[in-house]
Amino acid sequence: MNAVRFYTPLFLIVAFWQMAAMVGMVDAELLPSPVAIGAGLAHLATAGDLLLHVGVSVYRQMAGLVLAVLVGVSLGIGMAHVAWVRDVFEPIVRITYPLPKSALIPLLILWFGIGHNSKIFAVFLGCLLPVVVSSFNGTRGVNTQLVWSARSLGTRGIRLLWKIYFQAALPEILSGLRIALALSYTLLVSSEFLIARAGLGFLIQSLGEAGDYPGMFAGILIVALIGFTADRLYVKWMNWMLRWQDQT
Amino acid sequence: MAGSDIAAAPPPSGGLWSRLPGFIRRSLSIVVLLLVWEGVAQAGWIDPFLLPGLSDVIRRGYEEVGSAGLVYLTGLTLYRTLFAFILAAVIGVSIGVAMSVSKNVRWFCDPLVSFAFPIPKIALLPIFVLWFGVFDVSKITMTTVACIVPIISATHLGTRNIDKYLVWSARALGTSERKLFWKIIVPAALPAILTGLQIAFPITLIVSIVCEMLTGGQGLGGYMIYAARFGESDKVFLGIFFTALIGYILIEGFAWLRRRLLVWHTETSGAV
Repeated sequence: MNAVRFYTPLFLIVAFWQMAAMVGMVDAELLPSPVAIGAGLAHLATAGDLLLHVGVSVYRQMAGLVLAVLVGVSLGIGMAHVAWVRDVFEPIVRITYPLPKSALIPLLILWFGIGHNSKIFAVFLGCLLPVVVSSFNGTRGVNTQLVWSARSLGTRGIRLLWKIYFQAALPEILSGLRIALALSYTLLVSSEFLIARAGLGFLIQSLGEAGDYPGMFAGILIVALIGFTADRLYVKWMNWMLRWQDQT
Repeated sequence: MAGSDIAAAPPPSGGLWSRLPGFIRRSLSIVVLLLVWEGVAQAGWIDPFLLPGLSDVIRRGYEEVGSAGLVYLTGLTLYRTLFAFILAAVIGVSIGVAMSVSKNVRWFCDPLVSFAFPIPKIALLPIFVLWFGVFDVSKITMTTVACIVPIISATHLGTRNIDKYLVWSARALGTSERKLFWKIIVPAALPAILTGLQIAFPITLIVSIVCEMLTGGQGLGGYMIYAARFGESDKVFLGIFFTALIGYILIEGFAWLRRRLLVWHTETSGAV
């Protein structure tokens, strides 16, 4: 109920938008009314293969993100612990950091074609560095007294890594992951806009080219809602994971 | 920091690796990577269509900078990116401050920002193309919209969390409201605002490159996507290199600006 009240201005805007469309203040070609977009959405859901496109996009985004998390967290923790790993990868991270990862999409299309793989890699590369950097910083910043205590109590090796370093670095790793989550959708949609045969980006693009603007707006709305919902669910999960933290 | 060094440092009697001078250890991976790239390409193990040699890319770079005006394309991308970023900074900071000052503005903007924050703004590009055509207006609008949200929310947080004793002291000493704004509120919020701008900047670059790829109109994004369509992978690499160069210069420039603007702040004197 509180959330509904919080979002009141949003509903007011939609209501105003609808009224403006009904009295003919806006050109329906340029800005379809919310009702028309709703109808477009219903049409997409019943007639088209909307579920297929959603499935394809979600698969690509999740595959890229999961890959980035697995590689990124391992690399970040490795860099924080092993001198040579750090010496090898830190310069590479430093050099590739300023490159906007979307610039790699044309190369990925050349290398992996126009199917799933070029999108998965775009998401993977886009999300990798935030995860590496947050895992590295998180692990480096672990309270040394915690490590010393664990060691003096006989914790060694993989247990020390898992029980102390990973858990203590978790808040920072998880906040890096939230940034990666947001980036993953941006890269996914960008690469699907550029070239694809399926996925939400492709769907939006082809509806726009066909002049079905209510459908195009509905597609964009779906992407927005997926991104929004994913972030909210993630934050809920993150708070649950970190429930042991002091609440300030 | 020093403490975790002790925990993480390798044993002092380490192998050959740890006895190498630092600058060699820290540049070896890059050098090896470049050599392997060149070696693999020259040996013909990988189709040059997929991976042109480093030397081929450099040679192509010489030609392109001279004939095809790669410098001009870089300038065009730089212009669009900076234009959108500055626009977003001016509007975003104003909205953020207004949200802290006025309850009504906050009531209206807070839900919008919180809704817009996690959605992939690039999905709006077809709408802007529909409204503004494929030229600079749609690119710059799209890029501005994509990067303005983190600026608004960082500014709002920064101006809201100002130490109230600072404001009270200044008021007690008779500072006018106008002076209070420029002398107290702006400097106190500056670190948070700059952080917001620093977060927003990489997004600006990502989005402006994608806009150029999708709607043409030259620029580095357009250059790369055309090269990819014609299978000229050396040009694709060249585009990536120049894009990275823009990113590097701007990010470093921004960090420098931050140090200059925050000379007075403990952050600057405390850090290395």
